[in-house]
Amino acid sequence: METIMACLVGLLFTIGTYLVLSRQMLRIIFGLSIISHAVNLLILTSGGLKTGSAPLLDEKMAGFTDPLPQALILTAIVINFAVTALLLVLSYRSYQIFKTDDMERLRGNPDE
Amino acid sequence: MNSLHMLIFIPFVFAMAIPLLYKLFHPKIHLGWFVLLIPLVIFLHLFRYIPLVAKGDHLTTSLAWLPSVEMNLDFYIDGLALLFGLLISGIGVLVIIYSIFYLSKHREELHKFYMYLMMFMGAMLGLVFSDNIFILYGFWELTSISSFLLIAFWYERKSSRDGAMKSLLITVFGGLCMFAGMIMLTLITDTYSIREMILNVEFVQAHKLFIPVIICILLGAFTKSAQFPFSIWLPGAMEAPTPVSAYLHSATMVKAGIYLVARFTPVFGGSSVWFWLVSGIGIITLLYGSITAVRQTDLKALLAYSTISQLGLIMSLLGIGSLTFYFGPSEHGVTYSMAIFAAIFHLFNHSMFKGSLFMVVGIIDHETGTRDIRRLGGLMQLMPVSFTVALIGGFSMAGLPPFNGFLSKEMFFKAVNDVRVAEIFHLETLGMLFPLLAWIASIFTFVYSMILVFKTFSGKYRQEKLNRDVHEAPFGMLIPSVILAFFVVVIFFFPNVFSKYLLKPAFVAILPMFTIDKVDIKISAWHGWNTELLMTIGVVIMGSLLFITVKRWVPLLKQYPQWLTLNNLFEKSLEKVERYSLTITNRYMTGSIRHYFIYIFSFFVIVLAGSLLLLHGIQFDVSEDNVICIYDMGLVLGVMIAALTVLFTSNRMTAIVALSVVGYLVTMFFVIFRAPDLALTQMVVETVTTVLFLLCFYHLPKLQKNIGRIKFKLTNLIVSVATGLTITILALSSNSHKLFEPISYFFENAYELAGAKNIVNAILVDFRGFDTMLEISVLCIAGLGVYTLARFRMKGSDHNEAE
Amino acid sequence: MKPNDVILQSVTKVTVIIIFTFSVYLFLNGHHHPGGGFIGGLSTAAAIVLLFLAFDIEKVRENFQIDFKKLAALGVLIAIGTGFTGMLAGDPFLTQYFNDKNLPIFGKTELATALIFDTGVALAVIGTAVSIILSISEGDSLWKR
Repeated sequence: METIMACLVGLLFTIGTYLVLSRQMLRIIFGLSIISHAVNLLILTSGGLKTGSAPLLDEKMAGFTDPLPQALILTAIVINFAVTALLLVLSYRSYQIFKTDDMERLRGNPDE
Repeated sequence: MNSLHMLIFIPFVFAMAIPLLYKLFHPKIHLGWFVLLIPLVIFLHLFRYIPLVAKGDHLTTSLAWLPSVEMNLDFYIDGLALLFGLLISGIGVLVIIYSIFYLSKHREELHKFYMYLMMFMGAMLGLVFSDNIFILYGFWELTSISSFLLIAFWYERKSSRDGAMKSLLITVFGGLCMFAGMIMLTLITDTYSIREMILNVEFVQAHKLFIPVIICILLGAFTKSAQFPFSIWLPGAMEAPTPVSAYLHSATMVKAGIYLVARFTPVFGGSSVWFWLVSGIGIITLLYGSITAVRQTDLKALLAYSTISQLGLIMSLLGIGSLTFYFGPSEHGVTYSMAIFAAIFHLFNHSMFKGSLFMVVGIIDHETGTRDIRRLGGLMQLMPVSFTVALIGGFSMAGLPPFNGFLSKEMFFKAVNDVRVAEIFHLETLGMLFPLLAWIASIFTFVYSMILVFKTFSGKYRQEKLNRDVHEAPFGMLIPSVILAFFVVVIFFFPNVFSKYLLKPAFVAILPMFTIDKVDIKISAWHGWNTELLMTIGVVIMGSLLFITVKRWVPLLKQYPQWLTLNNLFEKSLEKVERYSLTITNRYMTGSIRHYFIYIFSFFVIVLAGSLLLLHGIQFDVSEDNVICIYDMGLVLGVMIAALTVLFTSNRMTAIVALSVVGYLVTMFFVIFRAPDLALTQMVVETVTTVLFLLCFYHLPKLQKNIGRIKFKLTNLIVSVATGLTITILALSSNSHKLFEPISYFFENAYELAGAKNIVNAILVDFRGFDTMLEISVLCIAGLGVYTLARFRMKGSDHNEAE
Repeated sequence: MKPNDVILQSVTKVTVIIIFTFSVYLFLNGHHHPGGGFIGGLSTAAAIVLLFLAFDIEKVRENFQIDFKKLAALGVLIAIGTGFTGMLAGDPFLTQYFNDKNLPIFGKTELATALIFDTGVALAVIGTAVSIILSISEGDSLWKR
């Protein structure tokens, strides 16, 4: 299962990176979203998969899965939500003002 | 938390209250009256420590800050620190009184001024009381920053901004060098505490990093104390309001370098490198400053160069005094220890007379509207009180009786004369230079002191060159300078009182081999007809001759080519560096976000894949993998298909839906991987995110077909596939390696430690509460960012939209 | 956003109550079961967003006169504030305490300062999430004018 997950994470990263490198702002946001999903899965995978019960002390089972990656990911999910929101607003406002969402045309003033 | 900590934090805390006071009382009451309380309280409080310190004791307090890395707020108070503390707060009181009358409450942004000033005062107090070397460094840089802000207080003037920039560049450069030196020093001594370093001197002096450490730390001290050739920032700093010049750039901040050298003398003293660097640079600075001061026509510039020269004098005394550590507490050692005493004494005296002189120059500037010597003259009758103060200060600076400068100047001459007989470090031959250079510099010191006093106050009053009627300054402005001038005289007549309670404790703090009850130092004005007195008489005669003929030879000094001055060299090289770095930066900072992403990803791939290859980290081991059931396969396939749909679709709606499918399927992964908290969070977040996408949906343009040339697509493909591969290899290898035991066993005790059965939650709110706290702060910042962006209206955007 | 959908509105009226209750449950249970500040906050925010979707934003805001930006700031302040309580007792910043108490109705209940911290987290999350949605949709109407 870990091997499969590793390949899946790799694929998600490839797709995400490709999208991030494109010229359109919306695609970049999509790419970042996918990359963050991939990172979450990567962290979870590196903690070991399906090795025990959920990290709740009540369940009388032999062991529980590593809770540390889960705490990390929980933080990451929430932050990712905020970042996505910020990027979305940034993109739609810059489209409103500059009438383009092509990153190559949003390069700023060369004199600066 | 005890009273010493309170003392240092009071100015910072009060600085936060200043905007409120400004709002409440401006412009009814001048803000300075409130601020005045702070240094007054600190000054009176520090007075309480005098009996303790006069016994030769010291006081240590500690407040845990980062105990795990031994970074604690360790403050201690001994003679040296107390002397500085009293100077900082005492002169602070006078300067604030002065500023109340100097800065108009109607025109100036007083709240900013006093906030910066409080920040400086707190930083300076922290600097002198810190025992932890890195805390000291932090306060050190804070003084540089507050000095920068104060110099640029009138920021609408270009010269102010330039002066501020120059001082910041030079002092922070020195600060960083000093930081490097401090790091090396902690590596050698294995402690952050200065007092413990002093106990480990033999390690330091024998270590192979000894000379680099000395050079680095001295660079910090020399840049701060404006020693040659770093002195160029101090004249530029004179663009600050005069209270600031009197306070920071003559009485306190520039003495921080002196303080540092004095503080570290027990660690480095006794070596030839330290001696030659400190005393040599000091004496060169003394000479350079005094000669350059003579040719200035701006009164403040003259005072700036004279400050440089006086700082050099103190520095050279400290260098000579460091010989004490070579000879130990023998007879020879006692002789050289007098140089340290002279340094402390002159430092004390200099703060008095230079402070008063700066205030007088400020008064002249305030009343006549100019500081140019060529336009001034004959102010004696119009401003009698200012004239008296200037006369006292100027004569003290020149080293004449009956003023305190005479006493310390005599001690200085004695110290340079003593150097010749040391017979170490090649002093048999080179030692002669010390008295010679010191004498020449003193002649010029005499000349510029006379220029300052007589060119402005005597001679003919030239009304036509001034734009206004001149009269004496208001009472409040005179008071601080009169108080300082009063001390200048009092110290001359009762030096031993000050010596007993302030100077001797400081002396013992620098030279721990002497105990305070055994030190027998009597300062007296009359020693008989000795060499020092003859030297002073020589200075007066030569100086008077030169002053009378000043018009003949000063033009010769002005012949020195402008392009060869240090200042010019500094500015030209700065210009060049700026131009070159701009050219280089423009090469790769293209403004295209795609390029930046390519840099990031390529760097990431090269470093990660490279290190994996080099360190043979690639491993592939499936033996510990868990079983795969058909359900898992379905999920994996689903995610793949959804992600590929996002990639290939050219319909926005499809892409958004596919993206949320990816998110919900990841939720399912969290479910089967036993992460209920994550699954819940992800599900809700995914829902809200989808709503967000749909909200913005109407405003965003349609997805374009994958535009671009083949080359463009090929680069993307290569970079993305390389990234994906690296990640896959990384994930596989990390699963196959178990280099460390997981630290999760720690959390098994979650219930006992945090009273929580949900370990993830216990980590979030308890074990790693700091992370969570900062995270919600970030979240809030992002929320505010969205809020402002959504309402942001660009200048001229209406015009754009009309198009 | 001015949908006029009777079915959505009637369903929302019921579901919102359920979601609110559920999120309070999630929030309070966080210490021992899945849940906690983040999830509780987010699901509350989701409920409010559902209200916005089903009814007019103006109408909802009339009944919900809360400035969500201030709510978020309040949350952060509460979270940071709990950090200092530990310092008063001489412990490091952000030390949390817990104790079991017998309360009249609830029986033996665990009281933990972590819950206050979590309240801060929840408020910050609710405030931020809702104000993001609000500012986008309001900015929208702002720009149409």
